[in-house]
Amino acid sequence: MYKARAWLSRSFTALSSNPLRVCVVGSGPAGFYTAEKTLKAHQEAQVDIIDRLPTPFGLVRSGVAPDHPETKASSPKKLQQIVINQFSRVVQHERCSFFGNVTLGSSVSLSELRQLYHVVVLAYGAESDRALGIPGEDLIGVHSAREFVWWYNGHPDGKNLSPDLKSTDTAVILGQGNVALDVARILLRPTEELATTDIASYAWTALEGSSIRKVYLVGRRGPVQAACTAKELREILGIKNLYVHIREDDLIKSPTDEEEMKNSRIQRRVYELLSKAAASASSQPMLGQRELHFVFFRKPDSFLESNERSGHVSGVHFEKTALKGGGPGKQYAVGTGEFEDLDCGMVLKSIGYKSVPVNGLPFDNHKGIVPNIRGRVLKNISGDSSQVENGLYVCGWLKRGPTGIIATNLYCAEETVGSISEDLEQGVLASSSGLPKPGREGLLQLLDNRNVRPVPFSAWEKIDSEEKRLGSLRNKPKEKLTTYEDLLKVAT
Amino acid sequence: MLLPRLLRVGAFMVKELSRGGCTSISRTGCTRQHWRPFIELQSVPRVFQGSIFQKYPHFSTTAENDASHGSNKQKDMINVTFVDKDGEEKNIKVPVGMSMLEAAHENDIELEGACEGSLACSTCHVIVMDMDYYNKLEDPTDEENDMLDLAFGLTETSRLGCQIVASPELDGIRLAIPAATRNFAVDGYVPKPH
Ligand SMILES: Cc1cc2nc3c(=O)[nH]c(=O)nc-3n(C[C@H](O)[C@H](O)[C@H](O)COP(=O)(O)OP(=O)(O)OC[C@H]3O[C@@H](n4cnc5c(N)ncnc54)[C@H](O)[C@@H]3O)c2cc1C
Ligand SMILES: NC(=O)c1ccc[n+]([C@@H]2O[C@H](COP(=O)([O-])OP(=O)(O)OC[C@H]3O[C@@H](n4cnc5c(N)ncnc54)[C@H](OP(=O)(O)O)[C@@H]3O)[C@@H](O)[C@H]2O)c1
Ligand code: FES
Repeated sequence: MYKARAWLSRSFTALSSNPLRVCVVGSGPAGFYTAEKTLKAHQEAQVDIIDRLPTPFGLVRSGVAPDHPETKASSPKKLQQIVINQFSRVVQHERCSFFGNVTLGSSVSLSELRQLYHVVVLAYGAESDRALGIPGEDLIGVHSAREFVWWYNGHPDGKNLSPDLKSTDTAVILGQGNVALDVARILLRPTEELATTDIASYAWTALEGSSIRKVYLVGRRGPVQAACTAKELREILGIKNLYVHIREDDLIKSPTDEEEMKNSRIQRRVYELLSKAAASASSQPMLGQRELHFVFFRKPDSFLESNERSGHVSGVHFEKTALKGGGPGKQYAVGTGEFEDLDCGMVLKSIGYKSVPVNGLPFDNHKGIVPNIRGRVLKNISGDSSQVENGLYVCGWLKRGPTGIIATNLYCAEETVGSISEDLEQGVLASSSGLPKPGREGLLQLLDNRNVRPVPFSAWEKIDSEEKRLGSLRNKPKEKLTTYEDLLKVAT
Repeated sequence: MLLPRLLRVGAFMVKELSRGGCTSISRTGCTRQHWRPFIELQSVPRVFQGSIFQKYPHFSTTAENDASHGSNKQKDMINVTFVDKDGEEKNIKVPVGMSMLEAAHENDIELEGACEGSLACSTCHVIVMDMDYYNKLEDPTDEENDMLDLAFGLTETSRLGCQIVASPELDGIRLAIPAATRNFAVDGYVPKPH
């Protein structure tokens, strides 16, 4: 370590003509934790964070549900605000900058960034969806949960979704992870409880007029394998005046299930919550009560098209499943050849996010991630660890796949920054990076030549205060600006 | 008694790793270098240093009040030992009413606290090394258990550091920071009296 310090101080000097130029692409948790740890580990580093949106924070702004309760009386803040405060402190560091409205792949290419900076860390998340690949997936009314989440959270690319919530009383959600629970909760929660959150106001209005009363959460495996966590499950089960239905015989456990539960505390606790909910539920919903149905052991086979409204979805054709193989923790669902239809007017696919590649980036299309070893980008997906892309690193969902909570990315960033430090220490980056690189000034010059107007953190702060001002008029913590036009107007 | 417990912990870790706790990260990778938010930085600008002390306003106030209460300050302090990832011990005095997370941070002990004690992260996971002390703690709430579900290297005496609040009967408590315990477990380390 000391050797490294000595070497570094010779090659790179803090705030002088030759700092270690680092660019982090993406300002979600992975990007911010990476920046924070890089600044800490390398006194000579200058870190620029770019994001394609005018607003920072990634899914902390556009993913995390607006209605999570404040967690504890002694800390009456939401996780979201706590994390945003931490990240804002990082970017206020004198060696750190944020530039929004800069898209990797169009404003600047990967090879340009790599020429401008000694180190490029890609942390641009997962902005596409896993597909089912079954007939009818394109029917009107079939959306991905990701788009729906963007819509209610006011992501500028989500506004146009305008889901039709008025033509049906039933929505089917495919998948039983935490995202599925989030979208189900938003559909089912009394809208007066959403009114004082920072939900996009057009979304609130649409939900206020929604005719959806019944939500089915459908999993291809059983209650022991449900992918959600207890905290999220407890939250949805706690919705006021909600009828919850779980079929008794879905709760029957096999010996392998029992074994799984013994091995996994989270599975045990999720199962217990589900069976408790089943036991305490009344046999019939009361008049006007909203309904949540957990359906297990069903995998979607095709989407059904409506006879009356051509091009629109009218239901899902499911195949029943049974669990096979693998032993505890590895059971998978196989079709039994029996089928069943569920009528509905809206489907939200919540079966996982997927990252998208950019030009010149090695990408594992099957796994939907960038091939890497401890955050070092590999030249190809064969797993040959000697073939690394010099100076190129990856972090967060783009590195691990679309799983884990905000804090998981802290460990992930620690690992990636550890790899960067090792590479600097061992001189792997030396040949190219001992030389000065244009870094921030070079990037700003290039953007200027292309008429791309980056949004610095100070401009984001203007957006933030405007959103808070608008929010205060409506008794909301903030009223999000939801179009690029509005965002950029306020930013200037 | 111990063996099945360790097995269970192990299986839990595998499950959690594959479920996405920290997917493609190797076990050691998740925890090797523990990080503390900028506390060690000497040359950080003032804005930054300030932010560290603003971080846990509610804890600090409690601590101050308790510590300055009465004439004998010592009486309101308890002894706590943290055992870090390398097995190194650090004894500190903690004012009654202060959480172990805050105490760790005030004493430069490398314990994360990503959500600042709002029960949304489990990065402040500690292992109570002595069952007797574990039993003296109030049972974890559902909310704490929900987050413990996601902790790496969970054991039967795991708790969240932000939820353990110093009280007189905890005087002498020993807390291991899991990276250490995990390595110990691999090496056949036996946590104190079980
Ligand atoms: C719906 C939902 C709800 C969640 N709720 C919670 C929760 O309540 N609590 C919790 O702990 N975790 C929650 N999570 C998990 C958490 O949000 C993720 O673990 C985390 O955000 C992943 O971090 P990331 O930085 O890899 O990706 P992101 O947060 O997605 O950040 C990626 C960033 O990259 C930017 N970007 C994308 N493409 C480009 C490009 N080409 N050029 C430049 N920038 C680009 C994006 O604009 C974005 O800002 C939730 C996840 C989802 C999907
Ligand atoms: N509050 C929070 O902390 C919070 C909130 C939201 C999200 N998050 C986190 O963000 C991450 C992403 O969440 P997620 O819900 O998108 O993912 P997830 O937890 O991986 O859940 C995906 C779901 O889709 C199902 N699925 C996958 N492929 C399928 C297919 N082909 N057909 C049918 N079903 C399929 C899975 O079932 P199988 O199990 O059978 O594969 C599972 O139920 C998670 O780690 C989550 O914990 C956290
Ligand atoms: S600091 Fe996050 S749960 Fe304790």
